[in-house]
Amino acid sequence: MSEHTEESVRAEVRQWLADNWDVNLPLLEWRGKLVESGWGAPHWPTEWHGRDLPVGLVPFVDEEFEAAGAIGVAMIGIRPLAAATILAHGTDLHKEKFLRRILTGEDTWCQLFSEPGSGSDLAGAITKAELKGNTWVINGQKVWTTSAHRAQYGLLLARTNPDLVKHQGLAYFILDMKQPGVEVVPLRQMNGHASFNQVFLTDAEVAPEFMVAHDGDGWEIATTTLMHERRGADALKKFQKPSSRPERIFREQADEIKIALEPYTWYPQRAGRADLVIERAKQTGANTDPVIRQEIAKVMTLSKCAEWTARRARAAQQEGRPQGPEGSLGKLASSYVAKTSNNVHTMISGADAMLTGEDSPMGGIIAEILISTPAISLAGGTDEIQKNIISERVLKMPKEPRTDTNRPFKDVPKNLAS
Amino acid sequence: MKFSFTDEQAEFRNVLRRFLEDKSPTTEVRRLMETDTGSDPDVWRQLSQDLGLTGIHIPEAYGGQGFGISELAIAVEEMGRSLLCAPFFASTVLAATAILKSGTEAQKKAVLPGIASGDTIATLALAEASGEWTTDGIAMTATQQGDRYRLNGTKSFVLDGHTAGLLVVAARSEGSAGRNGVSLFTVSGDAPGVERALLKSTDPTRKIARITFSDAEAELLGTEGTTAAAIDSTLDVAAICLANEMAGGADRLLEDAIDYAKMRVQFGRAIASFQSLKHKAADMLLDVELAKSAAYYAAAAVDDGDDDVPAVASLAKAATADAYMQTAIHAVQIHGGIGFTWDNDTHLWFKRAKSSEVFLGGSAYHRERLMQQWNV
Repeated sequence: MSEHTEESVRAEVRQWLADNWDVNLPLLEWRGKLVESGWGAPHWPTEWHGRDLPVGLVPFVDEEFEAAGAIGVAMIGIRPLAAATILAHGTDLHKEKFLRRILTGEDTWCQLFSEPGSGSDLAGAITKAELKGNTWVINGQKVWTTSAHRAQYGLLLARTNPDLVKHQGLAYFILDMKQPGVEVVPLRQMNGHASFNQVFLTDAEVAPEFMVAHDGDGWEIATTTLMHERRGADALKKFQKPSSRPERIFREQADEIKIALEPYTWYPQRAGRADLVIERAKQTGANTDPVIRQEIAKVMTLSKCAEWTARRARAAQQEGRPQGPEGSLGKLASSYVAKTSNNVHTMISGADAMLTGEDSPMGGIIAEILISTPAISLAGGTDEIQKNIISERVLKMPKEPRTDTNRPFKDVPKNLAS
Repeated sequence: MKFSFTDEQAEFRNVLRRFLEDKSPTTEVRRLMETDTGSDPDVWRQLSQDLGLTGIHIPEAYGGQGFGISELAIAVEEMGRSLLCAPFFASTVLAATAILKSGTEAQKKAVLPGIASGDTIATLALAEASGEWTTDGIAMTATQQGDRYRLNGTKSFVLDGHTAGLLVVAARSEGSAGRNGVSLFTVSGDAPGVERALLKSTDPTRKIARITFSDAEAELLGTEGTTAAAIDSTLDVAAICLANEMAGGADRLLEDAIDYAKMRVQFGRAIASFQSLKHKAADMLLDVELAKSAAYYAAAAVDDGDDDVPAVASLAKAATADAYMQTAIHAVQIHGGIGFTWDNDTHLWFKRAKSSEVFLGGSAYHRERLMQQWNV
């Protein structure tokens, strides 16, 4: 496999695209050809739609696709996480049934991990899976489920044995979302958007062959999924620019992207939009107020320092050096940038901060910032969890003594509602 | 290299850290801070002659090592970490940079080799009683007499001004104002008409003098009245070096505080296991790493010849000063009562942080300057 070089890979992809890329094909038909060729997921195993290409060479394949203006596979949303988990732990049946349709975009997936009673403490899931006859029967409630209303399948973490300790009594299932026992209800956020869902599971069923790995392995498999989630945070950005070309295949792709990105329209605002601070200050004349000037300088300094710290982390990665502490700080830094930006936008806007929607500055963007920044300190690991991780893994400070891991899960205190 | 160090730079840092751990433990810091000179001649000789640090950013043509500001910044970061008591900032960072930027070729050839070798200890006398590190703040006058000048006025907050053999002094032509008419001069430390007084400094590891000039004889550096830009750019380099020194000090404070928290037991467990303390520590680490990013970026920006050096110099100065002070406050708190005692070392860095907060201009000044540089 190692006889590949950047040049040989580029030449091969270019040739294949020259022979096969056709803007007049329907999207699905094109993706079918792509998946067969192995160029859609070149680092995957040859027997599963890939070419066993070393991961380091994949960016050159992507670049050739981009240069040719060719559409790639549908690796967007939860699909890449599902694929990575199935490739790592799934059976041949799972791979046969799901991988191809993930790549073509025929199936949409969602992740059923968080529950009302377990957010930061994911392993505290109480959604129940009971083997009745030859079927796993699922009862419980999941939350913060992006795209659940569109998903064919869900990656489900559920408890099979409450007599075992917390992390051992869990199993990991692939749940068919299109069945009577699955009810999806949108979850409205404080900023008015409903980017996520609640999923109510009432006697939903899973055949035993759709458990991933074995009963009791649930936490380990979920960790694989979460690891890919963290690693792939940039994958979304890569697909955010659909082509404006008029051919049907591009319109189909644009629709796919639009649907996938629907939950994220307000995400730039939750980061606080430090990039708008100076523009807004000049617009409103707040730039002449010496007090506000100090606050603008503070937020811009924080934002620059956060950006440079992220670049230090990336440089270490690219140069193959071990990352220093700077690699673990990005998420926490973003939280502080967002909060500080929110304060400064409020100072700049003055009474206009009382207004929302089209009555507020920049067609509602500013109002959306002011009520969306709490999200960044919560989603994907709260600030508190980030601080635990930083203090324990980077500063090597000892963990708090725990009371939930040394006894059967059924005896661990839980939320009253559950 | 704004975001990483080369292998050579990393090795340079290692060598220097080992040297300073050996030569500047806190027992030495405590011994030297009680002296008037505030420096150990043997250590000075080693760091200048054995390691060549005093000439690190001075070009080889003037007897130096010819490295960049990034390497100079590594040196001061490590010195800030170990609180080295020595006139390095005064002589190499301030005076040598000022001479490099304002002197004639002949003057650089005459003066810089002495600074590079460590034989000459020089300093920059810029601020006056008003405590401003700007050309506007210069009131002291220079009057021409033949090919020499006579200086009259008082300089204050002069680093190592009481011991320096060579004073680089900012003064203005009589009747001038603002940025016009400003020049730099060299004056011998023991020249007639120079009266020097060691001031009591908050941070006893950083010696500060007030110097009164009464018709003191001076040599003009470069051309009269055209030095404002050179002074500004000297102050940018100085602010960037101070930012790196502060990042080094903050890093050390954090490290010591966390080590202490892991050792200190209360309520039957190490206090480092309490979340209230772990979360504070995570915030401290974030502050320190963000500060380092600014300090490193700014030093590399000088070496890259970037246009926005004045902006990033002010950004880095304000960012690191705030982070250093905040880290020092947290470090005392983590140590608890013992952190407020003289015997505990935390106060040594706390005082350096406090002094550095205002040295070369406070954070509010630098933030306003950043806004002006960015045309806000």
